Parts: sequence; structure tokens; C-alpha cells
Amino acid sequence: MTFALETAAHPEHLRRVAIDPVSRVEGHGKVTLLLDADNHIEQVRLHIVEFRGFEKFIEGRPYWEVPVMVQRLCGICPVSHHLAAAKAFDRVLGATPVSASATAVRRLMHYGQILQSHALHFFHLASPDLLFGFDSEVTRRNIVGVAQAHPEIARKGILLRKFGQEIIRITAGKRIHGTGAVPGGINKLVTLQERNSLQRDLPQMLAWAHDAVDIAKQLHAQNPALYKRFGSFKSKLMSLVRPDGAMDLYDGVLRVRDENGRILFDQIGDQRYLDLIEEEVRPWSYMKFPYLRSLGAQLGWYRVGPLARVQNCDFIPSPRAETERQAFIAWGQGEPVHATLAYHWARMIEMLHAVEVIAELLAEPALLSGDLVTSGVRQRHGVGVIEAPRGTLIHDYEVGDDDLVTRCNLIVSTTHNNQAMNEAVRAVARDDLDGQQLTEGLLNHIEVAIRAYDPCLSCATHALGRMPLEITLLAADGTVLDRVQRSSDVR
Amino acid sequence: MTFDRVDSRCDRGDESSQPAPILVLAWGNPSRGDDALGPLCLTALREQLPDRWQDRVEFLEDYQLQIEHALDLLGRKKVLLIDASRVCQAPFQVTELKPAPDASLTTHALSPQAVLQVFQDVQGEPPPPCTLLAIRGEAFELGEPPSMAALANLDCALAWAGQWLLKSS
Repeated sequence: MTFALETAAHPEHLRRVAIDPVSRVEGHGKVTLLLDADNHIEQVRLHIVEFRGFEKFIEGRPYWEVPVMVQRLCGICPVSHHLAAAKAFDRVLGATPVSASATAVRRLMHYGQILQSHALHFFHLASPDLLFGFDSEVTRRNIVGVAQAHPEIARKGILLRKFGQEIIRITAGKRIHGTGAVPGGINKLVTLQERNSLQRDLPQMLAWAHDAVDIAKQLHAQNPALYKRFGSFKSKLMSLVRPDGAMDLYDGVLRVRDENGRILFDQIGDQRYLDLIEEEVRPWSYMKFPYLRSLGAQLGWYRVGPLARVQNCDFIPSPRAETERQAFIAWGQGEPVHATLAYHWARMIEMLHAVEVIAELLAEPALLSGDLVTSGVRQRHGVGVIEAPRGTLIHDYEVGDDDLVTRCNLIVSTTHNNQAMNEAVRAVARDDLDGQQLTEGLLNHIEVAIRAYDPCLSCATHALGRMPLEITLLAADGTVLDRVQRSSDVR
Repeated sequence: MTFDRVDSRCDRGDESSQPAPILVLAWGNPSRGDDALGPLCLTALREQLPDRWQDRVEFLEDYQLQIEHALDLLGRKKVLLIDASRVCQAPFQVTELKPAPDASLTTHALSPQAVLQVFQDVQGEPPPPCTLLAIRGEAFELGEPPSMAALANLDCALAWAGQWLLKSS
């Protein structure tokens, strides 16, 4: 297996630069660059330095506990794990389909999650780079800087996220550790008062979500050369779509397009995901590298997430987002959009779609009354696939006759994007860093590329003083030449 | 919805009530060893709270501090923030917080000072008095229970926090 810039021919003679850990992403990552004496890039790798081990944590637990337990995988998208697990255990219980009310409540929960996560990412993680510039003053390039310079944008971001979280609180029962989805259905409906309180805020949320798409679109229009070039590379695209080809982030069939936009695989049922995907282990990273089984690891890697979903579907089944999707497609001038920064634009189109879907769901009578759970013929195996904010999320479980989980396999969105993120980092290293004297601003270009994928590299551990950014320059013999460290702990 | 209308009432789905004057906000992942110290402290404080103070104190728990927690500070008279810390002195450390931007690039989990800074920037007024209770933790591995040392630190911190609530309520 060989990918350009993945492995240097003679690393012993090269200078090593580590960005450790990558900041403003979920979890811990490390980027290493090997440079020759003239600062030419010879090797670039995005390492995942934390071992997950969550599958072992699940095995041996009663299946009904799992949809609640898996929320502790992640502090930003617990709802996605909650729902993917519940969908898998629907299969185990033979509860397919679940009731109309369960579908409506779960969908509402999921699109609330998409809304809050996308708002968090765009307004709070990405906007400092996009609004101030990748090389801007480092002390200003954060959300507090955004709040000071653009308070209205910061407010919209906070309130869009707050609205999404309020939907989660209402549907899941609690702000965190919710229990709303259970194997076979849900455990509560939405009350009329709760529904009305959400509906009251919808017009404002819709307007702000539209404003966010405009911001992303304007950023592209103001600097098309940068937005088309930066971290750009061709790849295949994978996501769920509705059987009729519409965007659907809660349920559907797997579809893959090739680098030129042609459909390679379609209508792959979620229970058959292993017919489509295989995972490879590489010795330098704890995170696996998934690929399309029939194409092999060299040719079969792909991207997931907003950039894939917006282009993989045939249409978005909500009018405002579909209009924006068409503008996005037109930006590609007949070719798929492969630019890394286009993730931000696609993400905002999805956020607008999420608000439109929320509006539709809030008008559904099934949200307020109907059956909570259903059941059928018990199975030993179930797979739940969902489009989480960052991309396709797969939960796969086997359950014994004693109701204990005997096997668990999770493929999270960021794992699907492992090769793609490495390619993005290499593209930036090749185009922006090669031959340059490295500065903090230039190294931030690497982080900008990673951040566009909204990666979630591990579960959330966020004790004070836990997330420093460390940049280390090492000589070929391992001698530390320079080291810079900043910490979020300001005490 | 206007920003002025947003306050912690919406979290409780009760439009008629005012937010409780005292907020206790703790964060951490209960499945991550000593990262559970904040939530454990909050749970114990809630259980100890006399019935007559129930309306005066609100308890909020989350995985991590985020920008929207600035909204949870609205309308409060005093706020106690609780987290596990790898860097504070054992058994715990108390800090009166002032708004300050984060010194790092890390904004996916804000520092408590940065949350106060966001409050000040978007509200145009100083945040309420906020006290940080940092409890010393040692091990943060997935699936591990809190360490014995951390639980001993928690006992000490809990005694201090109980007194803080007593004086504040």
C-alpha cells in the first residue's frame, strides 16, 4: 500500500515537526511532518494517538443499557450514538419498523443534533479561521475573538446551538445522558406545550440558518481561488440516501459515487454494510482505514460527511436547502466539488435543511400521540446506521440469549474520513508548506484542513489543563530543536 | 427569538419562573475515571440540599464547557463551577473567576474564564460572581472508576462546597 507522502524513503535524514495534539477538534490527534534540509516535505501523517477500546467496554452489558452507555463516547454528538445503537437494537427486537411516533420523535432528536453540532462547528470552531484568516493573530483566532469582533454572528451561533439542544432535551428527556430512544421505540412523546415552545422560535432559526449559508457562500465568492485550491483532492463519496435518492440523515441505503460523480454502488441496505466496507490497520495509527471492499485499500477509500452527502443525494427534500444545494452544485461547474473548505458550505446547507425538517416534524400529529414501542421476532444481530453530523456512523451488535452483548463493532464518521484527512493534510503540506520556513500561521493551515472535516478523534475527556497544543521541531537524531506549547488552562 | 429573551428558563420548559439565583454547574465524563469528579460532586451536593433551598439552587451537569453555558449564567446571583483538574493542588483549589479569553486555540471545550468572557461580550455587562472549584484528579482512562486519591479529594471538596452553598443560599 503506497500513498504519496505517507512514508518517506529515507526518514533517518529528515527533520521532524509534530503538531501535538491538533487543537479545536474533538479528542487528541497529532500531525508529524518530515522535512529535508531545504524544508521540502517528505512525509506527512495524521496520527490518532488515543486508543478507543469502547467496544470492549460495551461487551458483556445488557443490550437495553447500550443506547444510554454509548452517549459517553462523545461530548459533542452523544445523540448520534444513542440513536445508532437504538436502531441496531430495533433489529435485535424485530421492531422494524418502529411506530410512527417513535420515528417522528427520533427524527426530531436527530435533526436537533445535526443543527446544534453544525452550528457549534461553523460558528465556534471554524469561523475564527474563516473570518480572520488562517495566518491571523493567534490570540484573536478563537471564539472569544469572534464574539468581540462579530458579536451578532457569535449570538446567532449560540442561539442556533441552544435551539438544537433544547430539541434534544425535550425529545431525549435530559440535556445529557438522555434516555428518549429505547430498543424498539421511544419512552416519551413530545407534549403540546413543548411542541408549541419550539414552533415559536422556528422562523428566527430558519432565517439565521439561511444567513449562515450566505456567509459560507460569500466566503467562497470573495476568495474563489483559495476556496477551490486549499486542501483539494479527488475522492469517492459515501453516505446514506433515501431509497429514492433524496438526502436523509436518519435512515436509508448506502450509496457511493466515484471521483467524477458517477454512482458506483447504490441501494446497499444498512444490514449489509460489511459487503461494501472493509477496514485496514496501519502500524503508525490507532485509527483504522476503511475502504470499499471490492476496490481494495489503494483505490477504495472515500469521504463521508456534509461534502459527500450534499453531492451524493439526487436532491434535498426541503425547498430552501435544495435551492442552496443547486447553487453549491453549480459552483463545481459540472464536476463534483472536492475542495476541503467546501465542507463548511455543505455543512451550512445541511443545517438549513435540518431546520426545515424540524419544522415539518413539529407539525406531525404522531409527535404528540401514538404507540411508543413495538416488537417482533427476536434476532441475535442488528446493525444501526445513521448520518451523524460528521458522517456515516455504524453500530453493529450481537446479543446472546441472556440479553448480554457478545460482540460490538463501531465505525465512527471520523474513521471513514481517516484516509481523506491524511490526503487533505498532505495536499496542504505540498501546496502551502513545501519549501517554506515553518511558522505558527503556516502550521495552522494544516489544522484548518483537518478541522474542515469536524473530526471527533476520541471520547470527551476535558479536565482542566488537558488540551495543550504542542509544536515540536526535532532533528534527525531526535534532538529537540524547539518546542512551543499553549494550554487552555489559564490559571 | 431575541437574545434578550433567552435565559435558563427555557431549559426547564417553564416560561413563568425566574432562574434560580444560585447555579451549580459541573462537567466531566462519568465514564472516564477521575473526569467524573465534577458530576459526582454535583450529585452529592444536590442530595444534601435542604428542601427549603430547592427553589434557590439549580444544578446543571454537562460533558464539557461550551459557549452556550454563557446563557446559563443569565439572571444568577452567584455561580459555582466544578471540574476535575490535572494541574490544581490537591485536594482542591478555589478560584474567583474573571472574564478572560483562552490563551490557546482550543475552543471546543472552553475554559471557565472564556465562558465568562463570552457572556460579557454578547451581553455587554459583567457576568455574575463565579467561583471555580477545581478538584484534583489523577487518572482519566475510559471505563475506569474514579481513583481512591480522587475520591478522597472529592470528600474534602464536598465539605467546602457545602459550606459555600450554606453561605450563598
